[in-house]
Amino acid sequence: MTARAATPGLTGSQTVGPFFHDCLMRADARRDVLAPGGTPGTRIRVEGRVLDGDGVGVEDAMLEVWQADHLGRYHHPADPRVGPLLDQSMEGAFTGFGRVATDAAGRFELTTVKPGAVPFDAAVDGTRAQAPHLNLAVFARGLLNHLFTRVYFDDEAANADDPVLALVPAGRRGTLVAQLVEGRASEPAVDRAYRFDVVLQGSDAAAETVFFDVPGAASRG
Amino acid sequence: MSITTTIGEIVRGDASVFPPYLYEAYRSTVRRAPRLPLVEVPLTLSELTGPGPAVSEITPEDADLTRNAGTGGEAVGQRIIVTGRVLDERGAPVPHALVEVWQANAAGRYVHRRDQWPAPLDPHFLGIGRCRTNARGEYRFVTVRPGAYPWGNHPNAWRPAHIHFSLFGPAWGARLVTQMYFADDPLHALDPIFNAVPTEDARRRLVAAYAHDVTEPSWALGWRWDVVLAGEVATPFEPARGADPRGGAA
Repeated sequence: MTARAATPGLTGSQTVGPFFHDCLMRADARRDVLAPGGTPGTRIRVEGRVLDGDGVGVEDAMLEVWQADHLGRYHHPADPRVGPLLDQSMEGAFTGFGRVATDAAGRFELTTVKPGAVPFDAAVDGTRAQAPHLNLAVFARGLLNHLFTRVYFDDEAANADDPVLALVPAGRRGTLVAQLVEGRASEPAVDRAYRFDVVLQGSDAAAETVFFDVPGAASRG
Repeated sequence: MSITTTIGEIVRGDASVFPPYLYEAYRSTVRRAPRLPLVEVPLTLSELTGPGPAVSEITPEDADLTRNAGTGGEAVGQRIIVTGRVLDERGAPVPHALVEVWQANAAGRYVHRRDQWPAPLDPHFLGIGRCRTNARGEYRFVTVRPGAYPWGNHPNAWRPAHIHFSLFGPAWGARLVTQMYFADDPLHALDPIFNAVPTEDARRRLVAAYAHDVTEPSWALGWRWDVVLAGEVATPFEPARGADPRGGAA
């Protein structure tokens, strides 16, 4: 870009409201299965509930997921290890994007492949890695701005060294870790199932899910 | 600003632009707003990348809400064109961005099964649309002007006419869901959702302007509304090889 006008002001956020389903959950926009059959990696299901400050299920929430593939690569041009993207209009390709709505009890369920470890440093040759995680955005009636959080997995030793978890007060880290559910009959078939609840508002610090502030370009000077 | 209310301190993003999670006049926030401070996360590949966005094929009909119900008929109401640009924080256009919209019909009624307000449904109007911005970051929808509608938030509460917008920008951190309003609507000052946006400047940026150069003679009134997303269009680490990385043509 050459010369531009004065930097415009950002557009503010508004709630998704209760009436988003017909648009955002239409058959080809919903993504409760992120990885079609045959996608390489460990096939996992993440199930849980979105809960309000009374412990009541939030019946009109939407969750979006952004995740790396099983090798820890984001399918995006800013990831130097990917290069040109897959054609995203291709039916059945893994993109890393998921979108699901909660049911009347606040329940949700996602099927995907477990992401690999991704670099921590934005630099191409960063040495530190992040433990496998899903990036999660939470939208709902009553949320004037969506919430960002992350889903880690309790069977990953790498959590202990994760540089983002390390920024979270120790007593709250557990809210970001999905628990392996043992011995569940699974349909559709998955290798592992995890449980992860999103607690929008907690009665105490150990209960409320940790949410993140993500700086924009302005913070990078 | 005519609304007196309890306003929480927890905000994500620029506090002069983005609403706080707790804005008590909007009752649904009271038990859904987090109480604990947000944890600032550094920009890593997780935040600097984002979905392309990955949706199925989009057709031109998807952007015409007056005719995309599949009935062969046309929606009732005042036909309007809503167009504008999607820009990043530096003012650069965001090309090939997915824009999804949903709205009430001309009578203020959503098709949604949970909308029980007994205003008439329009068999020729679903109130959903989508498009991708073109290479100049421009989007364009044809629709009907939505009606205001009552809601149960407080006595005699009415939502101003609005269109819901969902946008994917260049990265995960740029994701935005918002609402577009129409200029000269007397309901703005009375609406707690609109007024939860903290500054006059930022509220004004949610309001579309009538645009006579968009209006088409004997056919439709024109409205213009630009959207500015946080973050900036990522520069790939390597020169782009091949097609547009986000797929889809605008």
